[in-house]
Amino acid sequence: MADGTSIPIGVMTPRKSAARKNTLRAFSQRKSTIGFLLCLPLILLIAGFVIYPAFYAIYLSMLNKKMTAFVGFGNFTFLLKRHTFQLVIFQSCLFAVTSVVLKAFIGFILAHLMHNIPGTRQRIWRGLLLVPWVIPLALSTLTWWWMFDPSYSAFNYILNELGFANVPWLGVGWIARFCTITVNVWYGTPFFMIMYLAALKSVPEQLYEAASIDGASATQKLFFVTLPMMRNIISITILFSLIVTFADFDIVRILTAGGPQDMTHVFATYAFQVGIQSGDIPLGAAVSLFMFPILAFAAFFVLRGVTQRTKEIAT
Amino acid sequence: MAEVSIRKIVKEYEGGVQAVKGIDLDIADHEFVVLVGPSGCGKSTTLRMIAGLEEITSGEILIDGDVVNDVPPRDRDIAMVFQNYALYPHMSVFDNMAFGLKLRKFPKDEIKRRVDEAARILDIVPLLERKPRALSGGQRQRVAMGRAIVRNPKVFLFDEPLSNLDAKLRVQMRTEIKKVHQTVRTTTVYVTHDQIEAMTLADRVVVMNGGVIEQVGTPNDLYHHPATRFVAGFIGSPAMNFLPCRVQDGANGGLAVRVTDTIVVPIPPARADRYGAFKGRDMVLGLRPEHLFEYHEQGKPNWTRIDLPVDVVEPMGMETMVHFFVEGAPVCARVDPATHAAPGETMPLTADLNQMHLMEPDTGRVV
Amino acid sequence: MSATTRENGRKAAVRRKTSLHNQRLWALWGSYIALGVFAVMFLVPPFYTLITSLKSSAEISAQTGSPWLVHHPTLENFWYLITYPNFQTYYLNSTIVTVLVVSVSMVISVLAAFSLSRMGFWGSQSLSTGVFLTYLVPPSLLFIPLFQIIGKIGLINNFWCLVILYPTLAVPFCTWIMIGYFSSIPKELDEAALIDGANYLQILWKIFIPVAMPGIIAATIFAFTVAWGAFLYPLAYLYTSNQMVLTVGIISDLIRGDVFQWGKIMAACLLASLPPIVIYAFLMDYYVAGLTAGATKG
Repeated sequence: MADGTSIPIGVMTPRKSAARKNTLRAFSQRKSTIGFLLCLPLILLIAGFVIYPAFYAIYLSMLNKKMTAFVGFGNFTFLLKRHTFQLVIFQSCLFAVTSVVLKAFIGFILAHLMHNIPGTRQRIWRGLLLVPWVIPLALSTLTWWWMFDPSYSAFNYILNELGFANVPWLGVGWIARFCTITVNVWYGTPFFMIMYLAALKSVPEQLYEAASIDGASATQKLFFVTLPMMRNIISITILFSLIVTFADFDIVRILTAGGPQDMTHVFATYAFQVGIQSGDIPLGAAVSLFMFPILAFAAFFVLRGVTQRTKEIAT
Repeated sequence: MAEVSIRKIVKEYEGGVQAVKGIDLDIADHEFVVLVGPSGCGKSTTLRMIAGLEEITSGEILIDGDVVNDVPPRDRDIAMVFQNYALYPHMSVFDNMAFGLKLRKFPKDEIKRRVDEAARILDIVPLLERKPRALSGGQRQRVAMGRAIVRNPKVFLFDEPLSNLDAKLRVQMRTEIKKVHQTVRTTTVYVTHDQIEAMTLADRVVVMNGGVIEQVGTPNDLYHHPATRFVAGFIGSPAMNFLPCRVQDGANGGLAVRVTDTIVVPIPPARADRYGAFKGRDMVLGLRPEHLFEYHEQGKPNWTRIDLPVDVVEPMGMETMVHFFVEGAPVCARVDPATHAAPGETMPLTADLNQMHLMEPDTGRVV
Repeated sequence: MSATTRENGRKAAVRRKTSLHNQRLWALWGSYIALGVFAVMFLVPPFYTLITSLKSSAEISAQTGSPWLVHHPTLENFWYLITYPNFQTYYLNSTIVTVLVVSVSMVISVLAAFSLSRMGFWGSQSLSTGVFLTYLVPPSLLFIPLFQIIGKIGLINNFWCLVILYPTLAVPFCTWIMIGYFSSIPKELDEAALIDGANYLQILWKIFIPVAMPGIIAATIFAFTVAWGAFLYPLAYLYTSNQMVLTVGIISDLIRGDVFQWGKIMAACLLASLPPIVIYAFLMDYYVAGLTAGATKG
């Protein structure tokens, strides 16, 4: 096999001569060879469809629109000067940060409420509250779109009944931004709830009992017992959600397609519009690549948090 | 059935840490040998090297006369019982025991015959259809043993098999293991950190410490004639008392052992020859608690009375342990429960120096 | 643990009605009410989907009365979809893609996880870290270079490109959680099997997979949800209806210009959400286990 070179040194040669003797040394070397072969599909998959495209993206982003000439960082500087792209940066951050903060906050409250009720009934409530997370996002966003419909919308009907005027939900910039965030919060909160509930359950009951005996109030228990014990999982969940939310495509694409006047575009939808719809592949690749620094930053801390948490669980 | 020979085996982990530092051991056919020692002494590593689960850095292991250094575990014809039983949780008891036979492509009726027989020996016939999680600790232990028996291997290897059981069950299973060995007579290597387990089970005990063998011998041998201070301290519970002392001239031309200025005890004439060469040197006196007991006026003549202030008293029912301090060293005596002993009071004691051990303080060698 | 303290609390309360007891009761009822409010808010969209799907086109376009009620419930939307060849194609394509992706992903990730948790080789540590980092790569980061690559291998507008690409989204996480499950299997179990005479593939097949079945199920569910619900790749790479899968098919087929056939769209959403919902309803615990497994290392 062509990959013989990347197998640990000395495995291929003894294989031919000594493998038949079935010795223990050959046995353990064969173990690492088998181990490598079992990972080979994974390695090929990641190399072929993640690592190679990543470098290819960098290369692509440095070409001109017709992909005939090398323009260096021309696409990046061009983008930074464009007002639309500045909007995209602002909106992506607004969308991600606001959504994640709201999701974390509501999720935290929900987890606490769930934790208050007896275990057997938790299952039912958990079942109900997880539904938004279970429905494919692209499909549930369609329903939201229909509910935000200006002419015969579910929400406007209620507003009318209550004596308010129609709201052009997806027609005005800031309201549309609010709508995209709402959908994201609706979709993502259950995830936070489940993660926090798991974390709450892992706090030993004795700690609370000890705190009670030491005279801690409910708020003090929250700040001195619950939050420190959950700190790690809270940060992992937030950073993880930040990555996913920042790179979100489905909601904005379906709900507004970036409009009105590009006021809801985020990186992913803008890259799609520029790269796929308008056919400027290099520019689209450049737009996507702008996400990389913040994703890498968050990913680094997620990995650190996960490693730490693993150690905590182990001890 | 087979003998096992270990020749100068060394296990060195990455980073140069030596877990086993070149040990030699010969285990006879049908013999039950127990490797005992504190954690990290290399006993489990030795066992795992015999099993083929660890590579041997240097040296040789022979099973039945064949060097098996490079033979993978499945071809060594051994069976092993693990501390946490390592039963396959998704298989029934029957399947657990049959797994090795199935992999070796035994005919169905032969598998059934062997499993049934093993189950009968271990008294687990009614459990055959159950899953491991429906079993108690002791039952799981039996199944683990059954899995070893059905294979009818050359050697049984036990790796701390009773550590996960509670104290009562441990004693019961200990007897059970001994009984099984008496039935099947397979050569057995058994690893434990519990010296009582070692003493009760073994034909021969191998005491290991720091990657080397301290002493090999029958249980009684080790108890009465320990070769080193480590063995003396490790075997026996409560542990042997160790007191710094000096051998000096005693009354009537004999020898005496001086522990403190006030405690000077004559050495019995029977032992004087042995200890004569150490006159005037600092030594360590080893004395088991049962050889230190209350002093009776009407007791044997010439036994020296020693008065010590009592620190702690532990009544155990058939005997009472009394703890003292001599020059800062803890000392334990095993006295009659009828004897009056109370903390803070002084208690008259005497020592049976016929049972004493004298050790060199620097090498730990018993002289 | 909390159950026992609560039990004790209840016993104490039977004897004397304390203020502590009342306080707890209020907290409990408060929690129920608050949860109820959230549950209603969370379930509004699915409820509205159902309501709309039961309305005829005429009722929707009449725009009279409350949109929250159905005046003349009908199954005509569902009937239309079930007999609509395009919709059948989408459903079939989605099913084929999902089944293939789940199988491929599970084979790749189970093999890799077994190797990474048990058979260390040079670089296996960094590979597991790499697997986790790959899991954090969102599809929207690389879809443009992938568009070029898919174009080069001639799979643009061919749902087979999804079969190739979806595993990149599913495999890293599946591998990750399988490493976790496999690592929790005691080492003695494979040693016992080695002594019993099993080789590595037998250990994997006869011991690891059956023992780690909950993990396998959780990972399979994850791979399924990814393959069934992904939206960006099919939207970017497929453009004729014979190749489309459900997520993009519904949007491109039932929205023609300005004409929104909302009743049919909602019915289609409902039908398309059915498989995940059914799986979720029956395997909720595995679903939740898979969800939370990402926060720990193998």
